[in-house]
Amino acid sequence: MADTAHAATDGAPRRDFLKLVTGAFAAVGVGAIAWPFIASLQPAKDTLALASTDVDLAPIAEGQAITVMWRGKPVFVRNRTGKEIQEARAVPTNSLPDPAADQSRVQREQWLVLIGICTHLGCVPLGQRPTDARGDYGGWFCPCHGSHYDTSGRIRKGPAPKNLEVPQYAFTSDTKIRIG
Amino acid sequence: MSIGLHNSEFKNPVVRWIDQRMPVFTMMQKEYGTFPTPKNFNYFWNFGALAMVTLMIMIATGIFLSMHYAAHTGLAFDSVERIMRDVNFGWLIRYVHMNGASMFFIVVYIHIFRGMYYGSYKAPRELLWMLGVVIFLLMMATAFMGYVLPWGQMSFWGATVITNLFSAFPVVGNFIVELLWGGFSVDNPTLNRFFSLHYLLPFVIFGVVFLHVAALHITGSNNPLGIEPKGPQDTLPFHPYYTAKDSVGLVVYFIVFAVLVFFAPNYLGHPDNYIPANPLVTPPHIVPEWYFLPYYAILRAVPDKLGGVLLMFGSILVWFVLPWLDRSPVRSMRFRPLARIFFLLWTVCFLVLLWVGAKPAEGTYVLIARIATAYYFAYFLVILPLLAKFERPLPLPESISRPVLGGGPLPAGAAAKPMEKA
Repeated sequence: MADTAHAATDGAPRRDFLKLVTGAFAAVGVGAIAWPFIASLQPAKDTLALASTDVDLAPIAEGQAITVMWRGKPVFVRNRTGKEIQEARAVPTNSLPDPAADQSRVQREQWLVLIGICTHLGCVPLGQRPTDARGDYGGWFCPCHGSHYDTSGRIRKGPAPKNLEVPQYAFTSDTKIRIG
Repeated sequence: MSIGLHNSEFKNPVVRWIDQRMPVFTMMQKEYGTFPTPKNFNYFWNFGALAMVTLMIMIATGIFLSMHYAAHTGLAFDSVERIMRDVNFGWLIRYVHMNGASMFFIVVYIHIFRGMYYGSYKAPRELLWMLGVVIFLLMMATAFMGYVLPWGQMSFWGATVITNLFSAFPVVGNFIVELLWGGFSVDNPTLNRFFSLHYLLPFVIFGVVFLHVAALHITGSNNPLGIEPKGPQDTLPFHPYYTAKDSVGLVVYFIVFAVLVFFAPNYLGHPDNYIPANPLVTPPHIVPEWYFLPYYAILRAVPDKLGGVLLMFGSILVWFVLPWLDRSPVRSMRFRPLARIFFLLWTVCFLVLLWVGAKPAEGTYVLIARIATAYYFAYFLVILPLLAKFERPLPLPESISRPVLGGGPLPAGAAAKPMEKA
């Protein structure tokens, strides 16, 4: 105990320094150990290798829609009719809950590509098959909690906060797209 | 103990609020802060803490590996290869887990050696010692089942040979073996239950380690002199003295561990385990993992199936009764000139068995294994009981402080309360 009293006079800053350095060293060590563990939870290389999907558009007739799988999620690809495009473009954007022009949501006006997951709580909305309920705006209708999407996949009515998400995709030819 | 809020000494209001209702901070302070610890520990006393850290490393890496592993004969091998190639840092986590098993056994063997050399198993620490033997047996079971999971050739044939050991027992043998297999050979049901148990047992180990530490904190630690502390002058608070000393050992330990993981990750493994399991072809030379070799050597030294199995299990079960086989009242071998030699010879024997267990079971190797096996048991069953009667130990120091401070006067505290029993 006598040593402690001695240390308090001239050894205190030195002891503080040692404590800080030790603490910092330990913190860096813990971080370095935690890093690979957390990284191992991120998508593995084989999962990333499957992260793009090619879709052939040729067999999809006007007014028809197909659902493809991309990264384990449903992607809606819809060949819109002229009427549907017109409806989507006629709405004033600023009146929408999540304002977005139809032009900003498509690359070629006929082809609408959306991630088919309701932005409310993750259900898959109805509207892909002609017999499905499509909601009040002719797009999609989510039966879980009653969200209505229009023919541009924008939220119009119901609890969902956002429009259906548009995935990254590119036309690889006139009749083919690659999602992801 | 009285009912009501605990009388906490902590000043921080949040800590104090919790501590009054659930005195975990007081407990930690008592058991790991001020806990009186003999002041003469050498670095052998690091190995308990190292084993604890290794157990935590094994549980952490194991949980993360299991997130990517598929316990199915058709998928297991490929899922392990996927961990090695595709999962981010999967190679690191698996190599740490794989070599962690080896490091765990190295650390625990040194820990056991320490206990045997310094007589830590003797009264009043018999139960503490026996709990340690339980932990070791659980570790062996866990390590064995873990080795089966990658479903390589060594996994499969190791599992076949080890489970068949139980068939040596008369009457119930085959029943036990089918119970282990869940079928008529090592197959998918076996792999499934081994995975389940391999995940379960580390937590059981954790529980027994808790008991081991709880028992330790009743009797207090042994020390290199093997005499009890006689008062505060013989002890130091655990923190910061032994937290610091353990940290030094831990840094050195991590360096050794890292060298193994990063520069020789497969040095202690067997290349045949990178061949997928094939129930139709046994590899020409099958050996268990290195840490099982001494027992494997004992098994093979006996030319009788049941006898070999009994001796193999007996080689560890005999540790349970060690506190009663060694009746000498002197703990530390420093003061036992004969026992010390016989024990070091036993250690050599153990290492010889480890070496000979990896050799083919033929010619001179069998003879060497037999001699070493005979001495292994003779030490426990004949030499130690006799030494207690015939050995004349060296005089024990008066106290822990005395040899350090020379023959001079005892420190003030000791003079004030001489010979106080701790």
